[in-house]
Amino acid sequence: MSTDPAAPTSLHAVTVLGHDRPGIIAEATGRLAELGLNLEDSSMTLLRGHFAMTLVCAGPVRALEIEQALAPLTGDGTLTVTVRDVPDEHAQSHHTGSGWVLTVHGGDRAGIVSAVVGRVAEVGGNITDLTTRLAGELYLLIAEIDLPADADVAALERAIGDAATGLGVGATLRAVEADEL
Amino acid sequence: MSEQPAATTEHPVAAWSEDDLGVEGRVLDVVRAPAVVLSTVGEPVDPCSPDSVQLAADLVATMRVSPGCVGLAAPQVGVSAQMFCVDVSEHPKTRGHHGTFVLCNAEVVASSRNEKAREGCMSVPDLTGDVKRASRLTVRGRLPGTGEEVEIETSAFEARALQHEIDHCQGLLFVDRAAGAHAIYSRKTYL
Repeated sequence: MSTDPAAPTSLHAVTVLGHDRPGIIAEATGRLAELGLNLEDSSMTLLRGHFAMTLVCAGPVRALEIEQALAPLTGDGTLTVTVRDVPDEHAQSHHTGSGWVLTVHGGDRAGIVSAVVGRVAEVGGNITDLTTRLAGELYLLIAEIDLPADADVAALERAIGDAATGLGVGATLRAVEADEL
Repeated sequence: MSEQPAATTEHPVAAWSEDDLGVEGRVLDVVRAPAVVLSTVGEPVDPCSPDSVQLAADLVATMRVSPGCVGLAAPQVGVSAQMFCVDVSEHPKTRGHHGTFVLCNAEVVASSRNEKAREGCMSVPDLTGDVKRASRLTVRGRLPGTGEEVEIETSAFEARALQHEIDHCQGLLFVDRAAGAHAIYSRKTYL
């Protein structure tokens, strides 16, 4: 919530979590539009069947006002909405590293994500996108990773491989580069 | 002339060069989305008209000065027309290729073996995206200047580039073909 009502911050992170049903996005974005807020980035998916959306919107509206406008969404008690003011963080346009995709899959057990991404964190790798899924007994992790320019990729691959072997899962780290067309 | 030029046995597209156009290409500004021209179906062109010949030369000249650029379509220089140039000969992912060429009114005749890869585009500089495209491709079009109808059979990276450029001529960007809701990424430029 803005501390100075006269100068509300302009960027807000809104999360909506809970029981899925048709129309949640339409209702939430409709109410934000009525406040004159502009949706900048958003991401929504179903996590184990639960609706999970985060969006960043901009406009000179106080967080409390946004919360009040979205309150009807939470009326039946199955959805939770949070609104937080966030600083404007411009995405870095230049990275001095390289882009990679990490894929891990195998039998489900506790600790797969932490063990594998721990190796990435140790070399200063930054995860920029992550999806994990549990489908039956199969556990799957896919992560987009930025590695620093001086990262020893071969050593990281070995460390990830060792962690994966210890967990009885398979892991692949591959370079990802967009083809300029 | 005592010797038969080797080019006569080459595919007419591979034998083509921008020198055949006989005009100097100009370097044009590349337009960026959300320019309306990028979302507009291009007009078919008369490949023999002076305007088409000049546009063909301009496309090649603009592609040449754009680092890493392997293709450029007329809508990307603000012209709503079905014309593009391609040159993947220097790209590391290239298998077979037909050198530098320009096609007018091109269409896909046959395609198979879809493969997914991440694409970027000069007209959408801040995003990349995973796109499925045929890796075996036959394209038919006309060469600028002569208007000769040609058919190209190609594969791999040249096939992807051709489909990307033909899409531009139809008012489509790679984001229109994104492999899914989470298949578009913020651009990362690695130095």
